Amino acid sequence: MADKTATRESYGKALAELGDKYENLVVLDADLAAATKTGIFKKAHPDRFFDCGIAENNMIGVAAGLALSGKIPFASSFAMFAAGRSYEQVRNSVGYPHLNVKIGATHGGITVGEDGATHQCCEDFALMRVIPGMTVICPADDIEARGAVEAAIKYNGPVYMRFGRMAVPNVHTADYKFEIGKGVLLRDGADVTIIANGVEVSEALAAAEMLSGEGIDAAVVNMATIKPLDGELVLKMAKKSGAIVTAEEHSVIGGLGSAVAEYLGETYPTPVYKVGVKDVFGRSGPAKELLSLFGLDAKAIYEKAKEAAERKR
Amino acid sequence: MEEKKLSCLTETARNVRVGIIDAVYSASSGHPGGSLSVADILTYLYFEEMNIDPAKPDDPERDRFVLSKGHTSPALYSVLAHRGYFPVEDLKTFRKSDSYLQGHPDLKKTPGVDMTTGSLGQGVSAACGMALAAKLDKSPRRVYAVMGDGESEEGQVWEAAMFAAHYKLDNLCFVLDWNGLQIDGPIEEVMNPTPYREKFEAFGWNVTDADAHSFESLEAAFNTARACKGRPTVIIARSVKGKGVSFMENQVSWHGAAPNEEQYKTAIAELNA
Repeated sequence: MADKTATRESYGKALAELGDKYENLVVLDADLAAATKTGIFKKAHPDRFFDCGIAENNMIGVAAGLALSGKIPFASSFAMFAAGRSYEQVRNSVGYPHLNVKIGATHGGITVGEDGATHQCCEDFALMRVIPGMTVICPADDIEARGAVEAAIKYNGPVYMRFGRMAVPNVHTADYKFEIGKGVLLRDGADVTIIANGVEVSEALAAAEMLSGEGIDAAVVNMATIKPLDGELVLKMAKKSGAIVTAEEHSVIGGLGSAVAEYLGETYPTPVYKVGVKDVFGRSGPAKELLSLFGLDAKAIYEKAKEAAERKR
Repeated sequence: MEEKKLSCLTETARNVRVGIIDAVYSASSGHPGGSLSVADILTYLYFEEMNIDPAKPDDPERDRFVLSKGHTSPALYSVLAHRGYFPVEDLKTFRKSDSYLQGHPDLKKTPGVDMTTGSLGQGVSAACGMALAAKLDKSPRRVYAVMGDGESEEGQVWEAAMFAAHYKLDNLCFVLDWNGLQIDGPIEEVMNPTPYREKFEAFGWNVTDADAHSFESLEAAFNTARACKGRPTVIIARSVKGKGVSFMENQVSWHGAAPNEEQYKTAIAELNA
């Protein structure tokens, strides 16, 4: 397996590098700089890093005020607190006035691991996606995470980005250019399409390999942008394969799976099977083990995709 | 304060109050009590204190104002209209479905509104961000936020208070409109947020008192804020909810109720007397 990197690490490094290029970049954190990796930015640009202490709600408001004064603020915390605790601040002080605030949320999903359910946010896509005008991104690997940070800087408007704690392999090559709102077909196939994001992309690729061994030709799409959804690509793959499996480290309610199903329901009704956290809270344990325990590993995707392909017949 | 300046501000504030009553009456909804209690504070800020130009509402070097107690938007709209940001006549469109004057301030819709507010406790944080940005830019621009006394029950207010003192935002000035009443009753009975002075002092703020209905007192307080270095300032402004309309004064029932036609006529007659 290739070298692995946690996307939170990519996030911190990208901020530090881009800080040279974008002088209006300002980074806020809520006493988690060592974990969110914004500490890397702090070291490189101490004059543009502000710790807000354990006070996420104020941090989001401060970000709003900075954005209204021409800065490009990245407000960072764990997904649970950025999207969860501060939901209403994001909704009313950032989303409603459509301010140029970037929310860099790390430790999304159950691969937070040992910290357990209180820190395993599996609802952030749903919470952020429902805010009008909010862009929601969950990159799959180091290359995409870095690209997504710069894309968010160049885009004028609110962006929620989720990064992970667990190290993941690269699924893209160095020449890959991330674009907001564009999915990527990583592997073509005609029997079933797996649409995944975040840590689930590499799991989906492994699942496709397993399916191929049984004569099932599975396509894999990396859908890093949950909103706005790349409807064109979803539609194309639905028409081509006739069955969709979504895979995300998020509740099966309200996330990528819901976005895909909502879209296809109104454009080209197609069976959509969801791999995700099944309306339950997480628990403590090693990240890798939790992926299996909660039915989010390659095997779970393989089984779901096989069922989808077989039901088609 | 010069006699001429004082009479000019007094006359402006009277017009601002008429605008508040007009707006709330036309909408048959809104928050007259708290709007009337902040009317003099906002008048002083927009006609004396702040470096602003109604012709350039987006000037990056303007001073900033955040009405953290966003429900008193009629006061802000009336001041903005009388200051020349938009026609006074438009106050009568307040809260109507085709109006740019939303129930709570909306920076995307109304010229002169620097921050969208309405959800209590949030505006003060945005004001902190604006003040921090001015520091980063090494700009002399100042940031003002008016918050309610009941609003101080929101924990976020104290997160913001910690932040502003920690980063020594001496370009930031909060005005606490202490009218003593919130929706469910007197603030001390609902959830006592006092003492204010001691709380803000403990958070590292420069604290000064003012009579919210005396321009001389407000002038002295804002001068104190300007002169203070290294710390943010809060002006604890004792006010009367419903100030200027006798039957609304100190009545909690006028927090969020519109006058009927008879009450409207009485109110306008009193203000014009």
